[in-house]
Amino acid sequence: MKLTGAEIFVECLKREGVKTLFALPGGVVLKIFDVLYQQKGLDVILTRHEQGAGHMAEGYAKATGRPGVALVTSGPGMSNVVTALVDAYMDSVPLVCFSGQVSTNMIGNDAFQEADNIGLSRPCTKYNFLVKDVNDLAVTIKEAFYIATTGRPGPVLVDIPKDVSMNKADFTYPGSVSIRGYNPTYEGNKWQIKQAAEAIAKAKKPILYIGGGVVFSGASEEVRELAEMCQIPVDMTLMALGAFPGEHPLSMGMMGMHGTYWANMAVHYSDLVIAVGSRFDDRVTGKVSEFCPHAKIIHIDIDPTSIKKNIHVDIPIVGDCKRVLRELIQVLKATVNGDQKDLRKPWWNQIHEWQRAHPLTYDQDSNGPIKPQHAIKRLYELTKDRAPIVSTDVGQHQMWSAQYFKLSSPRRWLTSGGLGTMGFGFPAAMGAQAAFPDKLVLCVAGDGSVQMNMQEMATAVVHKLPVKVIVINNRFHGMVRQWQDLFYEGRYSSSDLSTTPDFVKLAEAYGAVGLRAKKVSDLDTVIKEAIATDGPVIVDVPVYPYENCYPMIPAGGCNHEMILADSPELKKKMEANGKVTPEDKDTVLTA
Amino acid sequence: MEHIISVTVENKFGVLSRVAGLFSGRGFNIESLSVAPTLDPTMSMMTIVTSGDDRIIEQIVKQLNKLIDVIKVVDLNETEFVERETALIKVHTKAEDRAEALRITEIFRANIIDSTPSTYTIEVTGDIKKVEAMINLLQPLGIKELIRTGRVAIARESIRPALAQPKRVAKE
Repeated sequence: MKLTGAEIFVECLKREGVKTLFALPGGVVLKIFDVLYQQKGLDVILTRHEQGAGHMAEGYAKATGRPGVALVTSGPGMSNVVTALVDAYMDSVPLVCFSGQVSTNMIGNDAFQEADNIGLSRPCTKYNFLVKDVNDLAVTIKEAFYIATTGRPGPVLVDIPKDVSMNKADFTYPGSVSIRGYNPTYEGNKWQIKQAAEAIAKAKKPILYIGGGVVFSGASEEVRELAEMCQIPVDMTLMALGAFPGEHPLSMGMMGMHGTYWANMAVHYSDLVIAVGSRFDDRVTGKVSEFCPHAKIIHIDIDPTSIKKNIHVDIPIVGDCKRVLRELIQVLKATVNGDQKDLRKPWWNQIHEWQRAHPLTYDQDSNGPIKPQHAIKRLYELTKDRAPIVSTDVGQHQMWSAQYFKLSSPRRWLTSGGLGTMGFGFPAAMGAQAAFPDKLVLCVAGDGSVQMNMQEMATAVVHKLPVKVIVINNRFHGMVRQWQDLFYEGRYSSSDLSTTPDFVKLAEAYGAVGLRAKKVSDLDTVIKEAIATDGPVIVDVPVYPYENCYPMIPAGGCNHEMILADSPELKKKMEANGKVTPEDKDTVLTA
Repeated sequence: MEHIISVTVENKFGVLSRVAGLFSGRGFNIESLSVAPTLDPTMSMMTIVTSGDDRIIEQIVKQLNKLIDVIKVVDLNETEFVERETALIKVHTKAEDRAEALRITEIFRANIIDSTPSTYTIEVTGDIKKVEAMINLLQPLGIKELIRTGRVAIARESIRPALAQPKRVAKE
C-alpha cells in the first residue's frame, strides 16, 4: 500500500518507539501535522518556541536514555532550534530533529521561509540528511535514529521538503541499517586494558575522573565496583553528577572550575588519573601545561577524537565505558586480591585532610537575606527522599546546585555543560517531566536565564507538566557579576537585572502557581508547598545578590590554586569594590 | 610539518563541505585539496595537503575518520608515496621570448597546449618542486595566468626483498 511521506514519517516514529514529539508547526510541515492530528499513542507537545522544543527533547533524552524527537518548520523554525542542536552536540545528547523544507523544486530560490537547513546544522549535528525523494524517507529516518543513538550519541537532523511529505511511496521499514563509513568501536583493546590494570594496581594516589560518557553508557555500576574494589576516589565532572552516588564515601563531588577543594587537589597531586567517558574540557583541566603534573593518564572513551585532543594520554583505550570497565575489573580481580586498602591509606588520609581544611561553606544569618547556597541546600535536603530529577540553567545557581545536590543515581541531572546554554533548564525539565509524569522534577534557575525560555510556561500549563521552578533571584547575571567583581574592579557592565519581573505574578499570568520565600524562615514552608502543589510552580527566592561561587579556579589557572571563600585577599578585593554587606542592595523585591 | 592525507569518501552531495567545514571549524590548515570519483563511482578520493605537529595531524586523521561520509583515511607520510601536480601557465611571449619559453618547456618535458601571437599556454606535470621551478623560470617572461590542480598522491607499492616474502604454505 502506498503512503504519503507524512504518513511514512509517523509510521517510522512509531516503529522507533517514539511516544512524545516536541513540535511547532509551520507552512511546509502542515501535511505532517495533519497526520499527527489523527494519531493515537504519539503525544505532540506544542511548544511556544522551537528552542524550547529542542531543549525539551534534550531533557527527555537525558532523563530516559532514549532519543528525544523534535519537529520544526523550515526557515525560522529551523534556525530557532539551532541552539538546542549545538547544545546536544556538545553534551552528546541523542536527538533526532526533523525540519520542514520548501518543496524540492523551490530549494535555492530564496523561497518564503527557506533556509539552508543542511548548511545551518552541519557543524552542530553528528550527521544530517536532506530527503529529496519520498522513497528514501523511511531508510533515512532509520539511519537517523541509528546514528543518533549509537557510538558517541549526538543530534541528527532530517530535512523534509514539503513535496516529500505529500508524495506517496510504498512503505517498508528496514530492520537494520549499515553505514560503511560509520563503525563505532565498543570493545577496548585487551592489551591496553591489561596495561591499565597494571598501572592501577601499582598506583599509590590514583583518581577516577568520570564524565558524561559513564551516564550514556550506563556504566555506573562498573565505576562503583572498580572504585570500591581498588579504593579509588571518584571525581565527577558537571556532566557526570549522579553517575556515582554523591554521598558515597569514595565520592569527591564535582571537580573543575567550581569543583570542591579536595576534588581538585586530588587530581593535581594524583599519580594516576583514570579518565572514563570524559574529555578533558578546559573547565576541568585549567592550565593544560600544569594539569596533574605527576600523573600517568589512562583515558577510556568511545570517541577516538576525545583522546589526546587536549592532554597527552599514556594509556588510551577506545571503547564503550561499560564494556571496557567490565573487562578491566575482570583483569584487576585476577591480580589485586583486595590488598588495595592499605596501599591507598596514606592517599585517603591526605584527602580527608583536604576535606577538613576547606569544606563547602557559606554564612547564613537567620535574620539576614537568604543565601543562594542555603536555598539550594534546603531544596536538596527537603526533596532527596523523592529522588527528584533536577535541571539547571547556567551560571552561579548551576554551580551551587552541582555542589549541593548529591544525587544518588544517574539520569536525574539535566544541565547544559559544554555549551552553557542559559534558558536550557526549564524546557529540559519539561521534557523529563513528559517522560516521567509521576516523578518530581525540579528546575533550579537564575532570574537571568529563566527569562530566556519563560514562554514555555504556557506549554507546561497546557500539557500539565508540573515542573517546580526555583528561581534563585539575585537581580544580576550573577556569574558575570562575580567575574566583574574579581577581574574588572567591580564595574557591572550590563550585568544588573534590577528590572526583573515579578515572578509570582508572571506565573499567575500563565495560569501557573507563583510562590515567594521572602526570608530564611519561609524557605522550607514554601518549598514544601511548591512540591505539594499540582501543576507547574515558580518559586521566587530573592537572595543576597553579591554572593560569589567558590572554590573557583580562574580561567587558565592551575587546579591546586583555587580562590576559596575564606581567602583574605578575596575579602579585600570585594571590600575595595564596596560589596561586603548584605544591605548593599534591597534583597526583597517590592511586591 | 607538511602531511599528505588521502581520504576515501562517499560520492554524494555535501561531502566536500563537511570535510572543508571540519578543517575551518577546528582551525586546521588546508594547503591544497583535490577530489574526483574513484573506479567505484559511489566513492570519491580526496588528496588533502595539510600541515601541523604530530598532535594536530593525529587529530586531523581522527576527526576525518569521525565523519560519517568518510570511509578511509591514510596519512601518506607514514609510507612511501609519489605525488604529482599539474599546472597550466599562460605566459606572455614577445617575439624575442618565444624561443626561451620553448626551451624551458622542453627542459621540463612540459607541453604547449595553446598558442597565440602573444602567449603560450604551457601544461606541466610533476612533483611540487618541478612545478615551482618551472614557474620561477617563466616568471621573468611575464605570467599572465596560472592555475594549479593541487597535489594528488598515491602510496608506492611496497617492494619487499625476496627473502622477506612470506613463505608459501602448501595446502592439502
